[in-house]
Amino acid sequence: MGTTINTIPKTMNPTAIKETAMPEADPINAPVERPADTVIEEGKTVGIPFSDDPKFKLRDVEVFYGETRAIKNISLDIARNEVIAFIGPSGCGKSTFLRCLNRMNDSIDSCRIKGSLLLDGQNIYDSKRDVVELRARVGMVFQKPNPFPKSIYDNVAYGPRIHGLANRKSDLDDIVENSLRKAGLWNEVKDRLDAMATGMSGGQQQRLCIARAIAVSPEVVLMDEPCSALDPIATARIEELIAEMSESYTIVIVTHSMQQAARVSNRTAYFHLGHLVEVNDTSKVFTTPEHELTESYITGRFG
Amino acid sequence: MTNPSSQAELVRRSLKRRYRKERRFRFYGVAAISIALFSLVILFTDIISKGYTGFIKTTVTLEVHLDGELMYLNDASDPDQIAMADFQAPIIKALQGYFPQATSRADKRELSRMTGSYASNQVRDLLKENPDWLGSTRTIEFPAHDTVSVYVKHAGDPGYSIRLTEQQQRWTDELLSKGVIDTGFNDVFFSRGDSREPSNAGILGALIGSLLTMGVTLVIAFPVGVAAAVYLEEFAPSNRLTDFIEVNINNLAAVPSIIFGLLGLAVFIGLFGMPRSVPVVGGLVLALMTLPTIIISSRAAIKSVPPSIREAAEGIGASKMQVVLHHVLPLAMPGMLTGSIIGMAQALGETAPLLLIGMVAFIVEIPEGFFSSATVLPVQIFIWAGSAEQGFVELASAGIMVLLAFLITMNAFAIWLRKRLERRW
Repeated sequence: MGTTINTIPKTMNPTAIKETAMPEADPINAPVERPADTVIEEGKTVGIPFSDDPKFKLRDVEVFYGETRAIKNISLDIARNEVIAFIGPSGCGKSTFLRCLNRMNDSIDSCRIKGSLLLDGQNIYDSKRDVVELRARVGMVFQKPNPFPKSIYDNVAYGPRIHGLANRKSDLDDIVENSLRKAGLWNEVKDRLDAMATGMSGGQQQRLCIARAIAVSPEVVLMDEPCSALDPIATARIEELIAEMSESYTIVIVTHSMQQAARVSNRTAYFHLGHLVEVNDTSKVFTTPEHELTESYITGRFG
Repeated sequence: MTNPSSQAELVRRSLKRRYRKERRFRFYGVAAISIALFSLVILFTDIISKGYTGFIKTTVTLEVHLDGELMYLNDASDPDQIAMADFQAPIIKALQGYFPQATSRADKRELSRMTGSYASNQVRDLLKENPDWLGSTRTIEFPAHDTVSVYVKHAGDPGYSIRLTEQQQRWTDELLSKGVIDTGFNDVFFSRGDSREPSNAGILGALIGSLLTMGVTLVIAFPVGVAAAVYLEEFAPSNRLTDFIEVNINNLAAVPSIIFGLLGLAVFIGLFGMPRSVPVVGGLVLALMTLPTIIISSRAAIKSVPPSIREAAEGIGASKMQVVLHHVLPLAMPGMLTGSIIGMAQALGETAPLLLIGMVAFIVEIPEGFFSSATVLPVQIFIWAGSAEQGFVELASAGIMVLLAFLITMNAFAIWLRKRLERRW
C-alpha cells in the first residue's frame, strides 16, 4: 500500500499551521492494534487543514443529530479549485460534514449545526441566506445515481430552467450540450436526448447526474461516494472526468476507496468518529501519515 | 461435527417438508381466489337474470280515434276543457275495437287496466301539444299496465304472481298474437326520472343526480385531500398539533357514513340554509366522507417517492415548492389517483348519508343543475326495492346493473388516466 500513488500534480502553496499535538497513547489501554481506543483530542487536526485562498472557511463546526454529536469541533479550509477527498471508516461523519457545505442537512429535522461555515467569506447558515442560491453555487452528486424519471435532455435542462439561466430554446440546447460534453456523455447520448434517463446504464446515469450538476455552472461540486455503485470501468470514466473538472471547479469528494482518493485528489482529509484527524497533501497522507489513526486506516488495520 | 451424509439426508427431508408447505400455501391462495370468483359469478348471474327484463318494455300500440264527443272536448286549446275531459274513453274505445263484446262497466274497467295508469295523461299531453289532432285517428304507443307487463314477461315464473283476470289474460294473449302488445328495448328506462308506475319509471334522473353529486365530490375532495396530504407530508412541522390532526384523520376514515349525513343535515342545511335533496349538499357530504381516504392514500403515495429524487432536485437548488410540484406530485399522482378511485367508488355506492339530507325524496324531474332536487343511483335502487309494484323488482336489478356500469366506467377512466401519467414519467 502506498506505492501506487498517482496524484494530479497541482501547485498549491498553503501556509500550513502545523498541529503537532499528538495525543500520547496509553501503552496499556490503547494498543496500536485497537486504534478505536486511541484518545483523540478534540479540535486538534494534524497536517495542513488551512489554506490562504479558501473557498470554504470552516471553523469549529459541530453537527448534532438530536442529542448525538456527529461532528466534533472540526476546522478546515477548502482551497479554491482544489480536489479534496474525505476518507474514513463508515459512520465517521464525512458525509454529514460534506452535506453541511450546501445545507442538504436542512431537511433533517433533528439536525443542528454549530460553528462558522463561510463560502467566499459569507456565512452559509446565515438566516437570511437563500439556500436555493447556495445550492446553485454548490452542486452535489450523490452516492446512487438518481436521475429524474424524465428524458436525458430534461434532466440536464432542469437546473437551468428553474434558475432561469436560459431564455431561449437555443441557449438551453447549448447548455445541455456543453454540460453533456463536459461530463463525457455527449457522444453516447446525442442521438437519444429524448430517451428516458432511467433506461441508461449505471455509469451513464452517474455521468448524467454530474452533467446535471454542472449545468447550472456551480463553483463547487460535492460528490458523496459517486462511484460506490459503479463497476471499475465506469469508475475510471468518472475519475477521468473529475480530473478534467478540477481545472474549473472546487471539488469535494467523499470516498471509501483509498486508491480513488489517491488518484483524484490534491489533499486528503481523514475523519474518525466525528473528528477530523488529519489533513495533508494526498501524497503525504498515503506515504507518510502523521497520525497513527490515519496510518492504521490506510494500511488496512481497520475501517 | 455431524456426519456430512446424514446432514445431507436431514436437509433433503426438510426440503420435502418445505415443498409440501409451499404447495399447501399455494392451494390456499387458489382456493381463496376461487371462492371470491365463484361468489362474484353467482352475484352477477343473479343480478343479470333478475334484471335484464328491466331493459325490456311492454307496449300496447293502438289506433286511437280522438273523438271530441267521446272525450267531452270541443276545443283542445282550452285549458279548462282539457282539465275536465275524459281521455281514457278513446283508449277503451280503441281496445273495444278488438273485443266488441266487452261493453259492461266491469269489462270497461278491465280494459282500462290493460294500458298503464298514465295512458290517459299521454293522450292529454298529445292533444295539448297538437290541438288540431282532435277528431283525427292516430297511432299511439302506450306502455302496458304493470300487471300486463308482468304477465307478458314473467308468466310461469314462480317469483311473480299474475294479477290479471282470466278475461284480461285472454285479451293479452290475443293482442300479443295480433302484435298490438309487443316488447322492445326499454328506452323509457334510460330517458325518464322516477315514477309511481314501473312502466313509466326511468333511471336517467338518478344517473344524472349521481353524476352531478360525484362531480361535486371530486372537485372538492380531490384537491383538498391532495393539498392536505402535501402539507402534512412536506411542510407541516411535526409537533403535538400535527400528531393530533393525523390521529383524527385516521379516525375519521372509520366513522360510519350516516354520521356524515347527520353532519351535513346540521351544518349545510341547518346552519348554512342550503336547500334539501340537491346534488351540491350530497356532494359536500360525500366529499367529507371521502376526504380521509384520499388524504391517507395520498400521504402514502408521497411517502413512497424515493428520497433520492427529492435530494437530486434539492441538490440542484430547487425550492421546496419546486421539489413538490415538479417531482413529488407527478411521481405520487398514480398512487393518489388509486386512493381517489377507492374513495369515489365508496361515495358512489353510499346511501345512508344521502337519506338524511333528503335525497330520498320522490323526484320525477331529471335534475337540471347542482341546485335542483335529485336522487342518486343507490338511493333510487333502495326506493325501487322497497316499492309494492312487481315491476319495480326488475327495475331495481336493472338499476344495480347501471350502477355497476357507472362504477366500472369511472374506474376505467381513472385507471386510464393513471396509466397515461405513469408513461409520461
